Amino acid sequence: MPEVKKYRPNIGAPRTTPNEEPAAERACDFRPVDTGFTKEDAIAEANRCLDCKKPLCMQGCPVGVNIPGFISKIRDEDWAGALETIKGDNLLPSVCGRVCPQENQCEGKCILGRKGEAVAIGQLERMVGDMAEEVGRAPVCKPKNGKKVAIVGSGPSGIACAGELAREGFDVTVFEAFFTGGGVLTYGIPEFRLPKKIVKREIDGLEQLGVKFEYNSVAGRLFDADELFNEEGFDALYLAVGAGLPRFLKVPGENLPGVYCANEYLTRTNLMHAYDFPVYDTPIRQGKNVVVFGGGNVAMDAARTALRLGADSVTLAYRRTEAEMPARLAEVHHAKEEGVHILELVNPLEFIKGEDGFVSAVKLERMELGEPDASGRRRPVPVADSAFEIPCDVAITAIGTMANPFAKLCADVELNRWGLIEADEDGRTSNPKVWAGGDIVTGAATVILAMGAGKKAAASMKKALLGE
Amino acid sequence: MFEILKKTQFSEKVFEFRVHAPRMAKKAHAGQFLMVRIDETGERVPFTFANWNAEEGWIEFIFMVVGKTTQCLSELNEGDFIRDITGPLGQPTEVEGDSVAVIGGGVGLAIAYPVARMLCEQGKNVYVIMGARTKDLLILHEQFDALPLAGLFVTTDDGSMGEKGVVTLPLARLCETDSIDHAFCVGPVPMMKFSSLTCHEHNIPIIASLNPIMVDGTGMCGCCRVEVGGETKFACVDGPDFDASAVDWDDLAARQASYRGEEAVSTKRHEEACACQK
Repeated sequence: MPEVKKYRPNIGAPRTTPNEEPAAERACDFRPVDTGFTKEDAIAEANRCLDCKKPLCMQGCPVGVNIPGFISKIRDEDWAGALETIKGDNLLPSVCGRVCPQENQCEGKCILGRKGEAVAIGQLERMVGDMAEEVGRAPVCKPKNGKKVAIVGSGPSGIACAGELAREGFDVTVFEAFFTGGGVLTYGIPEFRLPKKIVKREIDGLEQLGVKFEYNSVAGRLFDADELFNEEGFDALYLAVGAGLPRFLKVPGENLPGVYCANEYLTRTNLMHAYDFPVYDTPIRQGKNVVVFGGGNVAMDAARTALRLGADSVTLAYRRTEAEMPARLAEVHHAKEEGVHILELVNPLEFIKGEDGFVSAVKLERMELGEPDASGRRRPVPVADSAFEIPCDVAITAIGTMANPFAKLCADVELNRWGLIEADEDGRTSNPKVWAGGDIVTGAATVILAMGAGKKAAASMKKALLGE
Repeated sequence: MFEILKKTQFSEKVFEFRVHAPRMAKKAHAGQFLMVRIDETGERVPFTFANWNAEEGWIEFIFMVVGKTTQCLSELNEGDFIRDITGPLGQPTEVEGDSVAVIGGGVGLAIAYPVARMLCEQGKNVYVIMGARTKDLLILHEQFDALPLAGLFVTTDDGSMGEKGVVTLPLARLCETDSIDHAFCVGPVPMMKFSSLTCHEHNIPIIASLNPIMVDGTGMCGCCRVEVGGETKFACVDGPDFDASAVDWDDLAARQASYRGEEAVSTKRHEEACACQK
C-alpha cells in the first residue's frame, strides 16, 4: 500500500488577506474592492483549515456546501475538483463567495474563529468559482425527461432553480422582466462588490446547460400561469419574482427631487450605467452632501456608490447603533474605510426643500436605545427636543421592501397578510403546479437563502413531476 | 429585438411607430404602457399604447420629440429594430359613468385616443376635447373624428384651429349643461390640474393618466412615486390612472423636472454628434 501522507494544518498561520485596493483609490471608481486570492494565497489559506471530523462550517451554510471537501482539493491544487465539489451544492460560487454574510454562516461557525481568525471560506469559494474560466467545464446534464418548467425571475433564486432542473434533464425557460438577467445581482449589488461580468458568466453557464432566457417578459401582464400550463405546455412554475415596492420613511418632503429610494439609486447606477452618463443616457443626480438612511447591505451599497459618483461627504444615518446594523461586517468596515461617516441613533423627521426645488437639508432627531423589540434588538426611542438639521443635496432611503405586486398577477396562489406567497419548506404553494421561493416568500433576505430556496424547490418539483 | 413595421409622421415632432410584438399585442389594454430602450446605452422610457392588433401581431405607440431618446427614436425607420420593449405595464383604464368627457392635451392625445375608442365600444356617450398649443400639434384629429362621438371639441392656444383658448372652456360648458357625469384627462400637468379643478367645481369625478419619470416600471425602484390623497403611490403599478382631484400636481411637476439639466446635456451631445456626421 502506498504511504498516505497525513495532513497537518498550518496552525498559527494568520488568515490570508485578499489583496485589497487602497480605500482612497478604490472609492473613486467602480473597480472591485480587492483582487481576491492568488493560487498561492488559496493554498496557504487552505492549509489553515483543521479539516474537522464534524465540520461546523457546513452547518452554517444554508445550502450545505461540502466546505472541507473543496478546501482539501485546493490543497491538492485540484482546481477542477474543488469547483466540482462546490457546484454539487452551489451553482454560483463566484457570487456567493462575494456576497454571502460568511461571518454569520460558515466562517461564523469555524472552530478557528473561537480563539483566532476563521478560515477565509468566502474568499476560497470565490477564488475556486472564478477558476471556472481556467479549468473550463463541460455542461453535464441528464438526458431530457420531457418535462417543461417555467421560472419567473432571473435573480439568485430563479437561476439556482433553473440550474438544478436543467442538470436533471428538464426543459427550463426563465422569464425576466428586465432586458438582462441576474435580478438583484445585476440591478442591486454594485460592480465593486460583484462585477457584472461574473453574473453574465453564470447566466451564460446556464444557457450552456440548455436553459432558455426570455427577457422583456413581465409575468402577470404578458402571460400568466394558466396560459403557461394550458397553451405553452409547461408542467410546473417556479415564482421567484423577488422583493417589490420599496418602503419609504413617510416623512414630509420625501418626494422632493433629490430624494431617492436605494433601489432607484442603485438601478440607475448598476443596471443603467448612470455613472457613465452621458455615454449612457440614464442620468443620476451628483450629490455633494449625501445622506443615506438604513443600516443594511443595501444602505452600505448606496453610500459607497455615492462616494464613487463623486460626493464630498456621505453620511449614513441609522436609528440604532453600529452594533445593531444588519449589514455584513465587511461592508460596514469597507464603507468606513472609504470615508462613509456613520451617524448613529438618529431618525429623520423632514426633508427640507432648497431654493432650486431639490432637497437641501434633512431634519433629524436624536434617538436612544430602550427595551428590546420583537427582533430582539433594543428599540430606538426619540430624545425630546433633540431636532437638528444637516445639509444634503441627495438623500437615499434604504429601509427595506414590501411584497412584489406582480406575484398575485402571475398565478392563483395564497398570499399572507403582507402579500408574500405562502410556501412550505420545499417551496410548494397552495397551487399544486406552482412553487415559489426567495424574497417573495421570505421578504427581503440574502442571496444564499434565495438560492437555497431555488434548490429545494427544484428537488421538490423533480419529485412531483417525475414521481421519484 | 423589435422590428419597426411602419412609421407615421403626424407633425414635425410627433411620430407613430408600429412595432412587431405579437405577445404584447394580445395583452394590451387602453391606458397601459410599455417601456422602450433603444439600444445598449439607452435609457428606459415609458410610452402608452396607442393601438394594437392581436391578429396581425403588432402594437403602436406615439411619441413627441422632446429630448435625446425621442430624437433618436424619430431617426429610426421602417425595418429598423428597437433593442428592448417591455409591457404591457400598469393598470388598464376604467372610466365609470354613461356620459364621459375624454380630454387630451398635446401628445397626451395619443393616450386619449384608445381610451375614447374603448369607451365608445362600451356604448358610452363620449365627448372628446382635443387641446394643443397650435394646429400642427393636434394629432389624430381624423382618427378621433371617425369615432362615434357625442361631440368633438378642438382648442388651440393660438386659435390656429378650433376654439382659441384651453380645454377647460368646452369642459366647463359640458359640465354646466349636465352633458357628462365622468371625465378622463391626459396631457401636460397644468392642463390636467385645471381640468380637474373645473370638474371639481361641478362635482364631476375625473381620472388623470399620469406620466412621471420611470426607470423599471414594475414597482421596484420607486422613481415614479406620486402623492395622491396624501399617500405615496407608484404610477407604474398603482396607476398610471388616479383620481385627478387627489393628485398633488406641484409634486408631480417638480419630480418630472428632476433631470432637466442632464437632459439638456444629453440632447446637446447628440446634436453635436449628428452635426459631426453631416
